[in-house]
Amino acid sequence: MVESRLTRFLLRGGAIATLAFIYAPLLVIALYAFNQNVTQAWPIENYSTRWFSVAYHNEDARDAFRLSITAALGATAVALVLGTLASMAVSRYRFFGREVITFAVVLPIALPGIVTGLALQATILDVLGPLGVSFGLATIVIGHATFCVVVVYNNVIARMRRTTGSLDEASADLGADSWQTFRYVMFPQLRTALLAGGLLAFALSFDEVVVTIFTAGAQQTLPIWIFATLARPAQLPIVNVVALFVIVVSIIPVYIAARLAGGAGLTADRPVKGAVAAQVEAEP
Amino acid sequence: MTSVQHSETPPPRASPGRRLSTFFFRHPRTRLGVLLALPVAWLVVVYFGSLVVLLVSAFWDTDPFTAEIIRTPTLENFQTIIERPVYRDVAWRTIQMALLVTLADIVLAFPIAYYMARVASPRTRSLLVVAILMPLWASYLVKVIAWRSILSDGGIINWALEPLGLSFDGYSTVGLWLVFTYLWLPFMILPVYAGLERIPESLLEASTDLGARSLTTFTRVIFPLAFPAVVAGSIFTFSLTLGDYIAPGLITSEQFIGTVIYNIRGQALPTAAAFAMVPIVVIVLYLLVARKLRAFESL
Repeated sequence: MVESRLTRFLLRGGAIATLAFIYAPLLVIALYAFNQNVTQAWPIENYSTRWFSVAYHNEDARDAFRLSITAALGATAVALVLGTLASMAVSRYRFFGREVITFAVVLPIALPGIVTGLALQATILDVLGPLGVSFGLATIVIGHATFCVVVVYNNVIARMRRTTGSLDEASADLGADSWQTFRYVMFPQLRTALLAGGLLAFALSFDEVVVTIFTAGAQQTLPIWIFATLARPAQLPIVNVVALFVIVVSIIPVYIAARLAGGAGLTADRPVKGAVAAQVEAEP
Repeated sequence: MTSVQHSETPPPRASPGRRLSTFFFRHPRTRLGVLLALPVAWLVVVYFGSLVVLLVSAFWDTDPFTAEIIRTPTLENFQTIIERPVYRDVAWRTIQMALLVTLADIVLAFPIAYYMARVASPRTRSLLVVAILMPLWASYLVKVIAWRSILSDGGIINWALEPLGLSFDGYSTVGLWLVFTYLWLPFMILPVYAGLERIPESLLEASTDLGARSLTTFTRVIFPLAFPAVVAGSIFTFSLTLGDYIAPGLITSEQFIGTVIYNIRGQALPTAAAFAMVPIVVIVLYLLVARKLRAFESL
């Protein structure tokens, strides 16, 4: 240990302060959800749970919640299929353009959300519109799946690197066909990685707003409902309750995924992209 | 005996599934093609296709009266964003903001990253990694809302400043800087932590043995070695700030690249598309510099 005792003490203080800084705003929104008053002033004078039942009975919020869940499930399903296929190809083959695939998977979250959103909107208007596709659930799922592929891909490829192709070959030698090899040899090895990737894709899709605003048209997912309702101060207490709810719904899958993946692939969010994930995971 | 029995087992029947497997085994390229077809089709058609549509629409004209898009190629949109000072000011303000946010995140990330990498026990370390990762996934929008109430006139910051006779206009560029710094901080902590962890203890001991004080060791040994990781983290803090439109829209009335694109896309999609090329170009340039600084190796 090269660091002096004082340095270590200061570092610990700094670490605690930074953690407090990271968690304080989340705590604040949680407290405001229990605020009895409509106006938001600090300190909160009276606490109550009255807004929880108001929010629970808000039809718009419920519809938005249902749409968010449906879209997240659809996006997760597409991302699972595409991410698994891409990671199998990249991890088991050497081919021309392999780097391009890695790059293409990451790009949708590397570029600013507004670029992705605007590009998708222009395409929906100009190309899909004449083909009869209009803004709605399908376009939301298309947008979400595009940037969810990377989280599945990162989780599965991390697992593929730790397993070996010789098991698949052994399976084939013993007479299994491709499907049987996948079902009885590969799938059991990939199961937790797929589950973790799927949960993260769900969490990513569920609270996405930057791209969704461009692809949803008149439809409201839960984050879009929050964004739209912010303009109405009288509704603010309901927004706070829903916001707390969104935090809980998006953090639970992440927590489960973290337990499953042991931290690997978690950073595959947004622009941290598997980049950091690869690193965190490389540690013993 | 077993081996004799084994050799007597009849060869597996040639079911269609097995014949397909044999075919794939003999033609690995076809198998690769089957694996890649869907993901490539999706990403190329949906994503690259969309980006091309966006790029193309940047060359279209808009009818000034009806806001209808006229599909005749023109460079007018690019001319507009280069010549009109408004666009230049907005672009420059956004780039400055992105740089200041990056700087603040570097300063804030170092103590906790250093603590995680070199002081904390392995158990505390893995707990801290999860503790920093979790809020990264908590809704971005919710975090912005939380800051809206923290920064408001009756919010926590002004409540804390009141006894001192001070007040702070939270809905300002400074407030936004605080919010961005908060939002992207975990994206800086994680790479810096990983970068610091890779520095061998022996180098620090050598530095101490050669008589360097803590500060000298930090500035001459630790920081230079961790620098590529810092640049790696800055890619995220920088590019995320550059394209954001929700946080600026909710916190301040000041215009940034994202808010301008968002606001004009209804009446002037071609101009919005042209302006969207600005963050893309800046980020590509930034990535090229980052590559020179060997940041990708520490990604």
